[in-house]
Amino acid sequence: MIVRKDFAYVFPEKLAVGSVGFASAVRRWIGPLVLIVIAAALPFAISNYHVFELTLVMIYAIAVLGLNILTGYNGQISLGHGGFFAAGAYTAAILLHRYGVPYWATVPPAALICFALGVLFGLPALRFEGPYLALVTLAMAVATPQLLKYFDNWTGGQQGINLPKVQPPPGLGIDRDRWLYLVVLVVLLVAMRVAANLLNGRTGRAFVAIRDHPIAAAAMGINTARYKTLAFGTSTMFTGIAGALSAIVISFVAPESFTLFLSLSFLVGSAVGGIATIGGAIVGGLFIVFVPNFANDISDAAPWAIYGLAMLLFMYVMPRGVVGSLGPWLARLTPKNQLTAPKSDDEHRGRLL
Amino acid sequence: MPKPWQTTRKFAIPISDIDTLPMHQLLQQIFSGLAAGAIYASLALALVMIYRATDLVNFAQGDMAMFSTYIAWMLVNAGTPFWAAFLVTLMASFLGGMAIERIIIRPVENAPVLAAVVVTIGLLLIFNSLAGWIFTYTLQEFPSPFPDRTLFGALMTTRDLGVIGVTLVMLVLLYAFFRFTTIGLAMRAAAQNPQSALLCGISVGRMLAIGWGLAAAFGATAGIMVAPVLFLDPNMMGGVFLYAFTGALLGGITSPVGAVVGGLIVGVTENLVGTYLIASQLKLTVALILIILVLVFRPNGLFGTPIVQRV
Repeated sequence: MIVRKDFAYVFPEKLAVGSVGFASAVRRWIGPLVLIVIAAALPFAISNYHVFELTLVMIYAIAVLGLNILTGYNGQISLGHGGFFAAGAYTAAILLHRYGVPYWATVPPAALICFALGVLFGLPALRFEGPYLALVTLAMAVATPQLLKYFDNWTGGQQGINLPKVQPPPGLGIDRDRWLYLVVLVVLLVAMRVAANLLNGRTGRAFVAIRDHPIAAAAMGINTARYKTLAFGTSTMFTGIAGALSAIVISFVAPESFTLFLSLSFLVGSAVGGIATIGGAIVGGLFIVFVPNFANDISDAAPWAIYGLAMLLFMYVMPRGVVGSLGPWLARLTPKNQLTAPKSDDEHRGRLL
Repeated sequence: MPKPWQTTRKFAIPISDIDTLPMHQLLQQIFSGLAAGAIYASLALALVMIYRATDLVNFAQGDMAMFSTYIAWMLVNAGTPFWAAFLVTLMASFLGGMAIERIIIRPVENAPVLAAVVVTIGLLLIFNSLAGWIFTYTLQEFPSPFPDRTLFGALMTTRDLGVIGVTLVMLVLLYAFFRFTTIGLAMRAAAQNPQSALLCGISVGRMLAIGWGLAAAFGATAGIMVAPVLFLDPNMMGGVFLYAFTGALLGGITSPVGAVVGGLIVGVTENLVGTYLIASQLKLTVALILIILVLVFRPNGLFGTPIVQRV
């Protein structure tokens, strides 16, 4: 087995020299802070519809981030994350609609339920590898809309559930769309921070070790079953949070929004952004929301063909995703980081699928 | 949206009261399940062929087959006799499959697996969307080459028998191809050990292309056999692909024999589940859960070899 050279790529700050002291802390934080300020100011410069679109981008980014943890860092493929997204959305919807829970309080239960579902799903998934896991998760994606229709006294069946529109806190002087944008932005930032901390630490190293060589990882004393289940649970928790946010923002849930296509979109977004990256999730969200719109503008007749073509082109030009391909290139520009990036995300073709 | 396989026979006319006996009904369902399973088996075989050669599940296989079926449909509509149209479609699909491998798959051959998976998903969308654009989304009648008659005291229809027969003939031809021809041997070598095959002077790239061509031809067979029952539309193969994928994995994704057996088991299972257990939309779900339960106990499929790794 080859010792992987991309340790430094996955955890650049672990090896970065001179990352102590106030000056370097400022240097490290100034970039992200500027970006956050821009992101927070952006909704006040654009139309309501664009604010809504960008809110969706961030929601999908959280979902894709969840998938990145599982597929990118832990090497378990899932074609069924749309199902967990649906679970989160319906948890929030039922709490809002039936029990009148305030909208912000529906997200933690959705996270908890999706974490539990993910762990439960992850246990049998321990036995499956590669295409078998793909089948099991695919089956879940296919079953989701049918199950939602079947339990119709809870889910409202085919018609779905109409939710009350969220009102922004009075006195702030901003409208609903912009308020929700800011709420989702905060959740996204927290999610990215949590994911970074998780993945840059002991847990993340265990995830990556299991992805790269499960047997060697076990030999080094990593409890593979526990970490794989944990990866599944964390991943579905993120995706469930995204689902709950989507129900709140769209104020409507219906089975037809959670088809296999949604799960595949997550996977596509993940691959386009870069599967073993955190920032790639945002690129994935942008791709999922905006590329179908562009495709529609280019061709009314066959928009999905254009979408498919865009997927092909992205994969040809940047097979490791936008962030996965550009990240090392950007890192090379900074002098302190002279580490070489790995050639390929997974040398073992066929492991993942 | 995947369309559930239609379990109710539209044309079989009961010739006597024997048709209502439980045992008779069971056998009937098993036979029509076998016919459906034969179709799944063809597509499953296509998936296995590509997986063995390139370690890749081709998610576009079903939609490639759907597109092939439209070619056959155009030919038949233009007045070509059915079997001539069938052969021409198979040839066209073979060439088309080779072209897809050479032009679309080749660039991601050494890319991360997920990139290749996304390319096949993109391919699926392209074929689906193009078919909708060129041929519209309306359901089209597709002629069946087999007369509608019941056989053996209404136990099965000639259509079921015909579908099973065509699949068997294709299987025998495929077996003979791999077993008795030089090029078949070269293909097996290329799939088993690409480096050694290359050293022996086999053009591994060309073998991959031929593999994709054969897979496309098998998919086309499945499409043409299923179209008279499901009616032709761009989403026709969604459900069929899912069952074929399940069949391929149930048999063991690396085993061609497994693909056939798996496809047949899936066909019979979904038919029986639909008849006896639950006849609603949940049929698909229940059938999948049953099969996944089997896989929990045999994680590498019924005929698959465990994935062994060197440390």
